[in-house]
Amino acid sequence: MTGLLRKREYLRATEPRTSYDVIVIGGGGHGLATAYYLASRHGITNVGVFERSYIGAGATGRNTTVLRANYKMPESVAFFKQSFDLYMGLSNELDYNLLVSRRGLFWLAHSENTLRLQRERALLNQAFGIDTVFIDPDEVRRLCPQIDLSAGGKGHPIVGASYHAPGSVIRHDAVVWGYAAAAQRLGVHVHEGAEVTGITVKGGRAVGIETSAGPIAAGTVVSATAGYSSAVAALAGVRLPITSHPLQAFVTEPYRPILDRIVASADMLVYISQTSRGEILVGAEIERYNTYSTRSTFSFLAECASRAIDLLPFTARLRILRQWTGVCDMSPDYSPLMGPTEVEGFLVTAGWGTWGFKAIPAGGVGMAELVATGKAPEKIAPFRIDRFRDDRAIPDRSSAGTH
Amino acid sequence: MGFKLDCPNCGSRSYHEFWFGGELRAYEPDSSAEDDYRNTWLRANASGPQQERWFHFAGCRRWLTVERDTRDNALRGEDT
Repeated sequence: MTGLLRKREYLRATEPRTSYDVIVIGGGGHGLATAYYLASRHGITNVGVFERSYIGAGATGRNTTVLRANYKMPESVAFFKQSFDLYMGLSNELDYNLLVSRRGLFWLAHSENTLRLQRERALLNQAFGIDTVFIDPDEVRRLCPQIDLSAGGKGHPIVGASYHAPGSVIRHDAVVWGYAAAAQRLGVHVHEGAEVTGITVKGGRAVGIETSAGPIAAGTVVSATAGYSSAVAALAGVRLPITSHPLQAFVTEPYRPILDRIVASADMLVYISQTSRGEILVGAEIERYNTYSTRSTFSFLAECASRAIDLLPFTARLRILRQWTGVCDMSPDYSPLMGPTEVEGFLVTAGWGTWGFKAIPAGGVGMAELVATGKAPEKIAPFRIDRFRDDRAIPDRSSAGTH
Repeated sequence: MGFKLDCPNCGSRSYHEFWFGGELRAYEPDSSAEDDYRNTWLRANASGPQQERWFHFAGCRRWLTVERDTRDNALRGEDT
């Protein structure tokens, strides 16, 4: 195992080729994973990843790093379980220490409706062989004595929870660096600071891209640009069922290990964990209006800190270190969108909203197989982009941790 | 800091007083099934000026149409 103590393996700056078999737009987790699996599982190494900023600058570098598989639609459970299992072996596969830390995750219920929901979640998960159990408040207290069962004494006490023992945290930047380094070793080009300004479509087929470094031909173009997917797809004349919403989070200064579980409330829409560096990391729900502004707001900080203090009173004494905002590509049914578009040779992986980071390995494996074989594998086929046309939505809002 | 919306009835109010109704879409009573699908599910999700609807639930309880730049949330003009 290397990565933690070894000197960081930097990306080699390479001149872009005039042509690639596959061009991936977006050097975040999903883009790099797709490129890596194309090379490692399908032997397609003439792949160029184009990132307009630095790798992991977008959603992957801004998310709150929780891994879990406790979803609530059969298609989602199967997909996210595959992703979780891949994550557990990923440090070895990429030869890069991703600092996976198994914590156990609560989804607390403060109402009868949510209680029922968490019980259903536990039963569905168990049917898929996923370790999620329904627990009562006494068990919550036993597993995590720091939680205030009265939730701040404001009239919405904790009445139960689902507990997902495999719930883990991971070093998110390492996931990006690990995939990029492993893809590069297999011959993939990763271009940072290379903005895609156009997608060339001829006769209904994507044949290349325009970049700040000139035009480049491509056999297949894949967009993996999360919050910016609508703008990238528009370059090919494609309209997506996506709206982009801001999601904020903050961390406190680092403290000694004090919270060994991941605490999330399904009613209060807040989630709290401690990172490997010791920061207490707190996130909440998206803003309801769409925007690309990443300006953080004080109203979020005040509201979110108040929820964290209600659940974990000890956090009232902690000091906030920094706050940031990411842009989430929300789909109408809170499930991902992966697959071909009406432009042949232009594929999109998007709709990653607030749940994309934990899906990186399975999303990459699925997209790579789709690109390589032309057929969507069973795990991602239900998430095709035009599923709304024939009423095949996969509504899973209760698993997204947002409204 | 969020932003304020100019409600024609109530004046300048925090966006927290409003429900967001999404980008303005054309209503076509005789649309084809394909147009119906596109209007119902697909969005421009513009990066730049966007015509959009807001509902002033904490005030006059009327809908208004606003032009907002989604890059910086700057408001350009208000209209009922």
